[in-house]
Amino acid sequence: MKLRFPTILRLLVFALLIVFLIRPEWFASVFRPLTENNAPAIYNQGSLLTLTLLHLRTVAIATAGATVVAIALAILVTRPIGAEFLPLSRSLVNIGQTFPPVAVLALAVPAVGFGEKPTLIALFLYGLLPIFENSLTGLTTLPPTVTDAARGVGMTGWQRLIKVELPLAMPIILAGIRLSVVINLATATIGSTVAAKTLGEVIIAGLQSNNLAFVLQGGLIVGILAVMIYDGMSAIEKFIAKRTGLVQQT
Amino acid sequence: MIEIENITKRYGAATVVNDVSLVVEPRTVTVIVGTSGSGKTTLMRMINRLVEPTSGIIKLDGEDNRSLPGHELRRRIGYAIQGHGLFPHRTVAQNIAIVPVLLGWDKAKIDKRVEELLSLFQLDPTIFGPRYPHELSGGQQQRIGVARALAAEPNVLLMDEPFGALDPVIRSKAQEDLLSIQKRFGTTIILVTHDMEEAIHLGHKIAVMDGGNLLQYATPAEILANPATDFVATLVGTGDRPFRFLSLNSTGDAVEPGNAEGEAIPASASQRDALAELLWSGRPALPVINEAGKAIGRVTVEGLVKRASRPAA
Amino acid sequence: MRLDKLGVVIAVITGYAVTVAPFATFRANRIVAGEPQTLLNSLPAWAGPTLLAIIGIAVLIGLFRTPATFRLAASFAALIALFLLIGLAAEHLTPANNTYARVSPASGFWLLLFAFALLAADALTRLQPTPLMRIIVLVLAGAFIGGVLASGSWDKLSILKEYGARADSFWTEAGKHITLTIGSLVAAVLVGIPLGVLCHRVQKLRAIVLNVLNIVQTIPSIALFGILIAPLGWIAAHVPGAAEIGIKGIGMAPAFVALFLYSLLPVVANTVVGLAGVPSGANDAARGVGMTERQRLFKVEFPLAFPVILTGVRIVLVQNIGLATIAALIGGGGFGVFVFQGIGQTAMDLVLLGAVPTVLLAFAAATILDAAVELSSPSHSRTSA
Repeated sequence: MKLRFPTILRLLVFALLIVFLIRPEWFASVFRPLTENNAPAIYNQGSLLTLTLLHLRTVAIATAGATVVAIALAILVTRPIGAEFLPLSRSLVNIGQTFPPVAVLALAVPAVGFGEKPTLIALFLYGLLPIFENSLTGLTTLPPTVTDAARGVGMTGWQRLIKVELPLAMPIILAGIRLSVVINLATATIGSTVAAKTLGEVIIAGLQSNNLAFVLQGGLIVGILAVMIYDGMSAIEKFIAKRTGLVQQT
Repeated sequence: MIEIENITKRYGAATVVNDVSLVVEPRTVTVIVGTSGSGKTTLMRMINRLVEPTSGIIKLDGEDNRSLPGHELRRRIGYAIQGHGLFPHRTVAQNIAIVPVLLGWDKAKIDKRVEELLSLFQLDPTIFGPRYPHELSGGQQQRIGVARALAAEPNVLLMDEPFGALDPVIRSKAQEDLLSIQKRFGTTIILVTHDMEEAIHLGHKIAVMDGGNLLQYATPAEILANPATDFVATLVGTGDRPFRFLSLNSTGDAVEPGNAEGEAIPASASQRDALAELLWSGRPALPVINEAGKAIGRVTVEGLVKRASRPAA
Repeated sequence: MRLDKLGVVIAVITGYAVTVAPFATFRANRIVAGEPQTLLNSLPAWAGPTLLAIIGIAVLIGLFRTPATFRLAASFAALIALFLLIGLAAEHLTPANNTYARVSPASGFWLLLFAFALLAADALTRLQPTPLMRIIVLVLAGAFIGGVLASGSWDKLSILKEYGARADSFWTEAGKHITLTIGSLVAAVLVGIPLGVLCHRVQKLRAIVLNVLNIVQTIPSIALFGILIAPLGWIAAHVPGAAEIGIKGIGMAPAFVALFLYSLLPVVANTVVGLAGVPSGANDAARGVGMTERQRLFKVEFPLAFPVILTGVRIVLVQNIGLATIAALIGGGGFGVFVFQGIGQTAMDLVLLGAVPTVLLAFAAATILDAAVELSSPSHSRTSA
């Protein structure tokens, strides 16, 4: 594969992000114009690298949990035993998506207290929906001739699921996971309003002390992470879809 | 042998297949014909239990088809459908190998079988084996679909409108291939179609269905000569009947002694083709040659017209 | 009679909710830890068994395979009973003349609410109501809640005491929340649809615009709100007249701009998708009968793309109602004010005062716009014609 300009740009941005996380003080002069009254230009109430890793960890745990539960539920409601729940589950997904993330976060606090836990719950619940919705779409829109053939050649229900249905639905499921990760990366920042250790801390510290440099730092790191993860996962999806012949190569 | 005994399928109040009984002789091609909604596909799908009957019994070689779990039964019966139903995420070779893998054949045997089948369908195994279905043409996909159905050497092959998605030229080639493969392996084939032309061409016997009922089960000649109901007659097409009748037999069977001028016709061509050639070229008679190219007599317009008339009941 | 699987789930939840979980929480004042109260303890002697009986009947109707209308009626009856009696519980548990004591619904109540809402949602899904019917149900539910609020029977509930303490600011913030949401939506529609048409016509522009808008969506909301403080502050200070029309570094202006930016992607993307989905036959025919470009856009393309564009508007509206809560962090007001105040004071009833209206608003908006999308799509008009 040839390195094209966008690829080079991405690598450059990634390198810049790493350097910034390890040696933020090198960038102090860039952020200085955004500060007033000699306020610090670089976040000084903790390590940006640690916060980034904690942020990513929170998102990873929540999304992993959401992925397992969402796919399991989607499989359940598309089997004969759970078919009764299929229409209801569609309605619930629709209703669930109207719940604002802040509300989910705030309502989780009385149940589990402050800190990482309500954030994990909110991210888990919020991450469930796109993955569940996509898994459902993937598992219910398989080409009928293919599912018929799978039965016709004598596959058991389990073999059909593992060998045919899940592999064919995989690109759509992955797109759901990608959407979920990107939403959660942004939503996790709100977790800092309930004292979770995420990059939201940097932004909120900036808002409270009127320090725009902090706000920008926190926002940029999350934004760049989101764009890069989005890109990376899109590439994986395309690779799988192309390999499986689900998408014609153009 | 497949014995279908008093099979009925109901969905709620709707009866889709109504008390159908018929016996399919081994090593023959039976075609089930009907319009959409006639119950023809449902009837066929009850043989490999993709659909469970409401009542009645289906026996394969004397054994009730419910004596095995459904998926094990289906591994022993070939199944090919319209639009081929190939798995898009598996290569051609993997698609053909599906049933042998499910049956637990060893790898060497599977590879050999895949190669054999691809060659049989005139597809180079080294070129087509590693390709994905979407990289093939419609006709090639259809051939792979049939190859997959034949992979585990089933005695019985079920085909649901297998040629429905093909254009006319590729379709008649696929039909010829199917007939030669059927002769070679002696597979019992049950094929569902809405096309009476295809049924007459392929079937040793034809079952005509309408509204869930079996209207007639007979040889093509019998169906053409004595349609059991008006519906069967309509399906046969009164205007085409004599020509369809001629298409059942080869020119060799209509040879009369004598000579004729002009280009010869091979004895294996259908009588319909011979008549068409006679009418088109404006000649009263055609010379007939055998496979070796030797003249064996002639066919005449008069002789063929006699053969095209309705046989005495 | 055969069991209904969802009915079994609901029976299990309800069983737990009435036996183990507390129905209401009593606190001596606003911030001390609460004492959980069982359902029978929370209610006057006649009311507890009545509620249990209604719940029992509803659960039985749900448990067996009964017609969907029965199930809907049963679930609504149970929900109405719950709503009426939680107010009574507050009245019953609060000692006379005690203005410090707080009573709030506890986990048992919420679980019951969840269980019967689930039953109602399932029954509604099975009945497949027409868009108009859905809106009528929504209006009736709204009227019921409005009626209960107006009757004062919930006044002893903690959440309404929080409301009572700040009734004026509640409506101010509600106004700001709606202004932010609708205002940014209108701006996004006015800018987004022409931009979408442009992207549809100019291939090269499409990728660039959609990519940029995609990237905007990945910026966390609180950061985008914060980042906008700087440029808007600069405009307020340097552009004559800007400050007079309300542009400021903090407050509603950055919130408005941020919501507008987030709204652009769904509007533009759906306009592009909608226009791309117009059958080429329709476009050809429009050209064939001699329509001008403009006539084709307004008489053929827009009407055909309308349902898809409206879907974009639905996404934006629901998303904005949620995101507007964040505006409170930069002084933009809205229901988020109560949510974040509540989090700050660990006063969960105050959080609810902000969160519940937000959720209800989003839910109502989604229901109404879903119905509108369905009414406007051609498949609907064909079946109803």
